Amino acid sequence: MSDDATFEKFKSCAVEVLQVPGDKVVRDARFADDLDADSLDLVELVMALEETFDITVDEAELDGIETIGQAFDLIAAKL
Amino acid sequence: MTPPAVFTGWGSALPSTIVTNRDLEQRLDTSDAWIVERTGIRERHVGGTVADLATEAARNALEQAGTRPEDVDMLILATTTPDETVPHTSSIVHHRLGLGGGAMDVNGACAGFVYALVAAYGSLAVGARRVLVVGADCLSRITDWDDRSTAVIFADGAAAVLIEATGGADPLHGGPGLLSHDLGIDGSAHDLLYCPHGGTLAMDGREIFRRAVRATVESATMALSRAKVAVEEIALFVPHQANLRIIEASCARLGIPPQRTAVVLDRTGNTSAASIPLALCDALGTERIADGDLLLLSGFGAGMSWASAVVRWAS
Repeated sequence: MSDDATFEKFKSCAVEVLQVPGDKVVRDARFADDLDADSLDLVELVMALEETFDITVDEAELDGIETIGQAFDLIAAKL
Repeated sequence: MTPPAVFTGWGSALPSTIVTNRDLEQRLDTSDAWIVERTGIRERHVGGTVADLATEAARNALEQAGTRPEDVDMLILATTTPDETVPHTSSIVHHRLGLGGGAMDVNGACAGFVYALVAAYGSLAVGARRVLVVGADCLSRITDWDDRSTAVIFADGAAAVLIEATGGADPLHGGPGLLSHDLGIDGSAHDLLYCPHGGTLAMDGREIFRRAVRATVESATMALSRAKVAVEEIALFVPHQANLRIIEASCARLGIPPQRTAVVLDRTGNTSAASIPLALCDALGTERIADGDLLLLSGFGAGMSWASAVVRWAS
């Protein structure tokens, strides 16, 4: 899968879980400030990504994840 | 297959002291908005003992049923905070109420009430006629009130149901009672939520959130499958009341709308084994349950343990 296609799948998860418009899901978007997402929203997003991409993300790996780009890179590195 | 059985009585008991989010703002670095957003909890009751609360809830259930205490064949008390290590708290409750038959505690943490309910139907299968099932916990005793991650969540309460064997069709053929259940545990998850003797609760909230949603969905789905019941047929989902966000995430995955979900934690907090029967009693008090309704009960908690049951309600 190309990076673009992977990001589109990632984006559709984020749109569904975080209930934000797709055009706000960009690499620089910050979960707290730009997407109004708190720590539990991030956990829910990662749960959806685990199921969509059939991967496992340890809870400790979420520490320091503050932007869409950081979350995407975490997922992409596991594919 | 367990025999057909009806719920002849139910009752709850909450300590009179109410701690609101505003009260917690005074002593912790937290806010009402933060607590409501993260947990859905607005206030909780604290105080009393498990024996006091369980006795009051059970007495209410007996009075509603019009059943004499001595006609009860078994008391099963689900609690993870027994008043003493020895003896089991159910012995105190049994004595105070003058019950007949035996009594035992069941510690299945927040899944404890469903474990106890399944054990109660098992008791009916081996000859008991009436079983009193109580969920009661005083989590405030093992909560660090200076720890904002747990102090805003845990609280105290109790609720009880009295089930009685009846005649007629078995539960899988239209009769009242237990259609199916699913019990499970993953003891490797000990460190996510535990409390040593004399200590206070330690919790990894994020990982519990994730596991709780998955355990609830998988266990509820298994129970529905065993009952051959579609989720659309469930009149009311009664989940463990740990966190509204867990309930909402579980319901979204199960396809159960909020109007078919019992929620009481905004007023009670997380009362562990008492939470499911408290939510059940609250739904009964507001006439959200009618005879013939299919109920899905689902709990998860420390262990990590989980338990689900599909029950056809009749009173």
